[in-house]
Amino acid sequence: MAGLKRFRVLEERDINRETFVESWPEAGLMVADSPYDPAPSIRIVDGRVVELDGRAEEDFDTLDVYIARHGIDLAVAPEAMALDSLTIAHMLADINIPRAVVLRLATGCTPAKLVDIMRHMNVLEMMNGLAKMRVRRIPANQAHVTNRRENPALLAADAAEAALRGFAELETTVGVARAAPFNALAILVGAQTGRGGVMTQCAVEESLGLRIAMKGLTTYAETLSVYGTEQAFVDGDDSPWSKAFLASAYASRGVKVRFTSGTGSEALMGSAEQRSMLYLEARCLCVTRGAGSQGVQNGSISCIALPESLPGGVRAVLAENLMASMLGLEVASGNDALASHSAIRKSAKLMLQFIPGTDFIFSGYSAVPRKDNMFGGGNFDADDLDDYAVLQRDMQIDGGTRSITEDEAEAIRRRGAQAIQAVYAELGFPAIADDEVEAAVQAHSSDDMPVRDIVPDLVAADAFLAGERSMVDVVAALARRGFADVAEHVLTMGRQRIAADYLQPAAIFGRDFVVQSAINQPNDYTGPGTGYRVEGARWHEMAHIHQAKSPRDFIVDRLGSPIESLAGYGNAKRGGSTEVVVAIGPAFGRIITKTIGGLDHEEVLKAVLTGIAEEGLIGRVVRIWRSSDCAEIGHVGAKLSGSGVSIGIQSRGTSIIHRVDLARLNNLELFSQSPSMTLDTYRAMGRNAARYAAGKMTTPVPVSVDNWARLRLIVKTALLHRRESEEIRDLPPEALRFDWEPEV
Amino acid sequence: MPTYPLYDNEGDTLQAANGRKLRDVTIEAALDGSLRIEDVQVHRSALLAQAEIARAAGYVPLAQNFARAAELTVVPRGEIIEMYNVLRPGRARREELDALADRLEQQYAAPLCAAMVREAAEVYTARGLLRHRDAL
Repeated sequence: MAGLKRFRVLEERDINRETFVESWPEAGLMVADSPYDPAPSIRIVDGRVVELDGRAEEDFDTLDVYIARHGIDLAVAPEAMALDSLTIAHMLADINIPRAVVLRLATGCTPAKLVDIMRHMNVLEMMNGLAKMRVRRIPANQAHVTNRRENPALLAADAAEAALRGFAELETTVGVARAAPFNALAILVGAQTGRGGVMTQCAVEESLGLRIAMKGLTTYAETLSVYGTEQAFVDGDDSPWSKAFLASAYASRGVKVRFTSGTGSEALMGSAEQRSMLYLEARCLCVTRGAGSQGVQNGSISCIALPESLPGGVRAVLAENLMASMLGLEVASGNDALASHSAIRKSAKLMLQFIPGTDFIFSGYSAVPRKDNMFGGGNFDADDLDDYAVLQRDMQIDGGTRSITEDEAEAIRRRGAQAIQAVYAELGFPAIADDEVEAAVQAHSSDDMPVRDIVPDLVAADAFLAGERSMVDVVAALARRGFADVAEHVLTMGRQRIAADYLQPAAIFGRDFVVQSAINQPNDYTGPGTGYRVEGARWHEMAHIHQAKSPRDFIVDRLGSPIESLAGYGNAKRGGSTEVVVAIGPAFGRIITKTIGGLDHEEVLKAVLTGIAEEGLIGRVVRIWRSSDCAEIGHVGAKLSGSGVSIGIQSRGTSIIHRVDLARLNNLELFSQSPSMTLDTYRAMGRNAARYAAGKMTTPVPVSVDNWARLRLIVKTALLHRRESEEIRDLPPEALRFDWEPEV
Repeated sequence: MPTYPLYDNEGDTLQAANGRKLRDVTIEAALDGSLRIEDVQVHRSALLAQAEIARAAGYVPLAQNFARAAELTVVPRGEIIEMYNVLRPGRARREELDALADRLEQQYAAPLCAAMVREAAEVYTARGLLRHRDAL
């Protein structure tokens, strides 16, 4: 290997599997502040916008027209545009300025103005702004539920588990488009099994998605993509008007709508018109709001690797989330598509949305293993669920999920898979066999599923889509087959359609179908002590992850009955010059009987005494009552030792070789790595102490260093020390008889 | 002003698109086969109530969307999808868009949607987003 070895190691790191490029504004490869971005401007004549961000009305493209007519509140625009961008940036970051004040001004801003406001803000200020501007009081989370084989039992089992884990929305999609109605059905049934009120969607081509929604199989639609240039928009097969019509069409059937946009999509489609990604995203957001979408999925989404290849990319993605929330849009903030090979980088990026909290922190946390994620998603996946639960617990931040036990997961997965099995049987779809159900319960991924012939499924799905049967028939099927609770939940989703409460901004259902939205649960954060706080039952639930143990019985396996051969016989005195005192802690061999590494105290004593004897000296055992501190135990022992040398041993096994002339906190040798110590180490310790006592040249005992031990065992260490300290008594050192002779 | 959430506060008066009362949307009805998808479809009055609620809370374009949606509740499923497809760029000639607007206005009493289609027709004409006669 040529060159610096450390650089060769760095090259192999995950971070260096990423692509990093310099900005290139002409190609749209610049996250923000392109020299070609327009300066903010608006000119209104007789209630008509005649100039927008430096462009005259006669030169407007379709987006300009749409934004000019629908995307800006012209009553507010003169005031907002006259305000210095820096002033508005201050208002965003200042927790004392309520959300409503910023909301009103933002609706009067042009796209270039929104970007100009962001220009003044660093990520910390943006996070402050986002915590305040998030639409819903309580953040939530969305999951992806898909699999490569479109297996209905697995989809339902995964949906049921994801719902139980607390995700408020579940999104599926397809590998084969024709599977869409069945996939939508499977996650509907699974979700309502896991928790009534979880909203579901199936991301497919727009008109197919609409057909599925109209059958009552989905409750929201999210993939209504908008783009920041006319060409990209048309390439996406829509215009702002067709998208607005689609939004109304969905709403007319009681389906919640969220548009999708994100930095980098226009550059990826080759039509960025030299504008920065953030400026184009601002245009998307003005179109989105103008078209009457209650929210947006943004944060680069599937294009995330593109802004992340550029300087400032992650900051720009946060800025797009913030711009959306300023406009009163519910934000499902990305973190879905694979964004990095590096666990450090992907986690760091997540914090920008996780810490402030967004309406949906992920617009698709992969509830299935990455390889089954048909969205190209899985930045965080099923295998990261425990990590995620721990992040919530660490920071006392509500990330929208809860930790469940294996038993809970197994039960809900089985019920979800059985429910879809029942629906298939009742509606005459290709049968789901019992072994498929059981495989779905146990599976990690679709690799663990028996092969299912997809052709009959697709034929049945075609017929289902074309026919008159709908969610109403699903309700009847569930009820008939003994899934009364699931039937009730599915039907309640239908009943909620009639009320349409969940069409309002940022609406989700909490427990018992209680709707939470901008109308009845608006974000009211204005600094410490206000807004949503993680407390009470929710904090209890987040704190009690399934792996957490009670510390009270954590050291039980280190406790035992006193060593029979170890008995006290009065106060310890100073001895002769051929001895080494072995000073033990108050609990040693009587309450605590094993070291942290699991060595029997009796064996430890024998090893130490054998080592001392091997060097021809005598070991004398003394118990120190007044301290549990290792240095103090050793030091008191040294004062009693005729040779002036002692070994001090705490009950957890931490040991020291001390000498009377040394300061208390000094030592001859310290053995702080008690978990990695063996009986041989203790024996060598005995030998060395004897050699010091005899004034011989001595090589310190080699000890293995394991820096992870402290991490692994710190709770146990603390508890053992606490237990030993409980045994401290105001008594002089006690002479002990150890009824055993070393064989040397 | 209707009280949000309607489900909890206006449950007695809520009815589906076809007039079925919310309280009559039951498991029993699903089991005896008398329940149809139209029975769990939103009625225009609920969407207009939601529009009023959204507007009062400051979400004006959303309120306008709900008002358009209220108009579309009476348009049959297949036809809505067809209308959407006509409105996509490059799909329709100007006359077809004008006809769509007329149909919305006259057949479905949907003036807001009609106005939106007319605006699209105007902009599509100016920006070359109509279907070309000779296009495949």
